[in-house]
Amino acid sequence: MATEAHDTGGATGYIVHHLTPLSAGEGFWTLHVDTLFFSVFLGAVFLFFFRKAAEQATSGIPGPLQNFVEMIVEFVDTQVKDSFHGRNALIAPLALSIFVWVFLMNTMDLLPVDLLPDVGKAIGLEYLRVVPSTDLNATFGMSISVFFLIIFYSLKVKGPVHFAKEFLFHPFDSVALIPFNLLLNTVEYLAKPVSLGLRLFGNMYAGELIFILIALLPWWIQPALSFPWAVFHILIITLQAFIFMVLTIVYLSLAHESH
Amino acid sequence: MNINATLFGQMVTFALLVWFTMKYVWPPLLQALEERKKKIADGLAAAEKGKHEMELAEKRATSALKDAKDQAAEIVNLAQKRANALVDESKEAAKTEGERILANARSEIDRELESAKEDLRKQVSVLAIDAAEKILQREVDQKKHKEILAGLGKQLG
Repeated sequence: MATEAHDTGGATGYIVHHLTPLSAGEGFWTLHVDTLFFSVFLGAVFLFFFRKAAEQATSGIPGPLQNFVEMIVEFVDTQVKDSFHGRNALIAPLALSIFVWVFLMNTMDLLPVDLLPDVGKAIGLEYLRVVPSTDLNATFGMSISVFFLIIFYSLKVKGPVHFAKEFLFHPFDSVALIPFNLLLNTVEYLAKPVSLGLRLFGNMYAGELIFILIALLPWWIQPALSFPWAVFHILIITLQAFIFMVLTIVYLSLAHESH
Repeated sequence: MNINATLFGQMVTFALLVWFTMKYVWPPLLQALEERKKKIADGLAAAEKGKHEMELAEKRATSALKDAKDQAAEIVNLAQKRANALVDESKEAAKTEGERILANARSEIDRELESAKEDLRKQVSVLAIDAAEKILQREVDQKKHKEILAGLGKQLG
């Protein structure tokens, strides 16, 4: 596999090939078909199992699937209850969706780096990038949606006037410092979605890159490196999903509070 | 790595995912969890109550057992007393009866003795008269003998 890549353009070619998405369209209107496909597919997997568990949900003795789903739901619910003190029926389902979806997208990273691209090649797809969270569009898709929710709830809970006042007179309550406050708050607000999206993207992109680099080594040394990295990566993918979820909850919690 | 229209696709997907979760996944699961919590709480309360009731029943059983034991002891006591009394009574009765029989026998003996004495006396007097007659037939001094006999008769009578 690695040797094959060497044949068609060396190590750089191999890496670039692995990081090039399967695209359709031109310019800005390009669609990363692989990212869309895998994220929609994983979302469907998530909804399928969780909906199934929800349909069969019983207050009696739960089955294995319900048990598993309940474990995650309770975990998310605890996190939401710990950080979010307002009443909002959206927050908990939002947190659950983020946690499970991001986790599933990150988990794609644990598949052998060449498995799905080779399958794709066999059915005629030139490029295939299997981890949606290594695509900035996927991570920013979520973080910008969260950003919109932050703005929406800030306006809704605080009211436009109060929100504008906070934007202009916080942290320095002085007319002279309005431009400075404006700048500070704009940066603060924009930093939220950017850091959310970049953190997840950066972690997953780096992780995937290291898997690809390991795949370039001689076959006999690969297991000694890829196994520990994969074990470590199990921690990272869970942690990143968790961080994304918790920060979303915290940001929305802040949007519900007035200073 | 460039941002493009995929972003909108991902946002739409994300929105749909959250909407579906909020509408069809979260509420039933949470409801089931709440219901189970309540069920467990009820079960625990019932268990606590049952335990309390069992303790009470145990106490009642113990006291009933104690009462029964006391009663049984009392009954045994009473029976013993009654048996003793019965034995005493019959002893007393036997004693009186024995004494009575003894007294009867004594008086019978006395009477017999008396009548035997009488018989003997009569016989002695007859024998004496006989002997006297015989003597008299040999010694005739009827007058003297008559006096003696009279005196004798008086003595005997």
